[in-house]
Amino acid sequence: MEQFFQQLLNGLAVGGIYALVALGYTMVYGVLKLINFAHGDLFTIGAYLGLTLLVSGGLAGSLPPVLAVLLVFFMVGLLVALIGCALERVAYRPLRKAGRLSAVVSALGASIFFQNAVMLVYGARPYVYPNSLRPDFTIELFGYALPGMRVMVIAATVALMLALWAFIQKTRMGAAVRAVAIDQGAARLMGINVNRIISLVFLIGPGLGGMAGLLVGMYYGKIDFTMGWTYGLKAFTAAILGGIGNIPGAMLGGLLLGVVEALAASYVAFAWKDAVAFCVLILILIIRPTGILGERTADKL
Amino acid sequence: MSLLTLSDIRVRYGSVEVLHGINLRVEEGEIVTILGANGAGKSTTLLTISGLVRPSSGEITFDGKALLKIPSHEVVNLGIAQSPEGRRVFGPMTVLENLRLGAFSVRDEQTTARTLEWIFELFPRLYERRQQLAGTLSGGEQQMLAIGRALMAQPRLLLLDEPSLGLAPLLVRSIFETVRTINERGVTVLIVEQNARAALKLATRGYVLEVGNMVKEGRADELLADPSVREAYLGG
Repeated sequence: MEQFFQQLLNGLAVGGIYALVALGYTMVYGVLKLINFAHGDLFTIGAYLGLTLLVSGGLAGSLPPVLAVLLVFFMVGLLVALIGCALERVAYRPLRKAGRLSAVVSALGASIFFQNAVMLVYGARPYVYPNSLRPDFTIELFGYALPGMRVMVIAATVALMLALWAFIQKTRMGAAVRAVAIDQGAARLMGINVNRIISLVFLIGPGLGGMAGLLVGMYYGKIDFTMGWTYGLKAFTAAILGGIGNIPGAMLGGLLLGVVEALAASYVAFAWKDAVAFCVLILILIIRPTGILGERTADKL
Repeated sequence: MSLLTLSDIRVRYGSVEVLHGINLRVEEGEIVTILGANGAGKSTTLLTISGLVRPSSGEITFDGKALLKIPSHEVVNLGIAQSPEGRRVFGPMTVLENLRLGAFSVRDEQTTARTLEWIFELFPRLYERRQQLAGTLSGGEQQMLAIGRALMAQPRLLLLDEPSLGLAPLLVRSIFETVRTINERGVTVLIVEQNARAALKLATRGYVLEVGNMVKEGRADELLADPSVREAYLGG
């Protein structure tokens, strides 16, 4: 029972990270119908920037660890958001009127560019997050000792997802994002500046992805310049699982994928966790091709 | 000076020209209708006014301002709102959310609340269904929503694209009566219709568009009596 409970929480922590990254894929797909293949690399950049700010920036030494991590968390979010916004301007906006395939090729190119940029700047060897930054407390829950790091990752991902949900559902700009995803032309007739909304989406998605990168660095300790590929693929899977273009779907898909993986790793075999995760994807796509929460493509009357 | 003037507007989709230099004017307070068959270019004309389609040449002025120099999302701010062809309501959003999006360009919460009240007065059905998803409404209700959503921007000029399409005759009459009420409240209306008889009874003036050319214009009663219009659009 203890093992199940611990693995469930581990799954929720990893799944929360998948969900944050998946949100970036799904929101961009929502407004542009484009898979941003460079998104995984923005996540990598987040992990590296976080390390740089904490260690080389000296923030870890001069501030209490909790404060330093919190501060860097938001700084990374902001910086990666700006990179994402610039990516859209440079690589996608000029191709808006070209065929969809052109943008996909541009996305793949951007991915290669970012991956190599990280390698050039930081080198190809993996980096390790300092252990001193990891919270060393444990929390007692139902008689089990839960590692503080795990609890913090879950708390951070849940808080970010709730904030995003509130923004999308409850604010005027959030409604505009949804409107642009549903019908760009009609949104323009409402006086919505579609380009600004797309920029906003390219701030939010990469921002969340970058923060997820920092969380992975802290959770697992080790980062390398290809990590965006594995996590990007998993998060993309999560977005499809929940229904691409659907925001709650990405959250659900991410958490589900994380939990399935964690349970498979402990009850089947660690080596089989990816296979089990992709089997779940295949199964769900057979039963519901649009993903768990995906809608049918809108019928026009 | 006219509220809206289109002069020599040409629109191309790729290599095909669909509007061959049309002229049109709408005076403040009028209801003007554009008649024409499918594919004549009626919807293109309205989309061009709203800025969603850019003409290859020509000029549009609204209230003395050159519209073609302005990005499409600012056209609404100037006072032009559109209920587009096919209604294009935001299906996965509620009726109330749709209406609020219509007021996206209006910053003043109080006037928005007043406009919302007025729209619920015009269309009590929308009030009953305000929490329902727009995609689950009937065709007539979606049309009401599309018109209401456009009115939320508090336009001086309302563009209506085929509001009667696919609706039962009784509903068409009620929608047209509402359009008159809206006009009496001071909103100028430019309405595109295939239902020529109903549109001409409602309008002050009309234009006839044929494959991208304005072939006729005149007072609505003149057009109603015109033999060629009767033959082509009013069933003889």
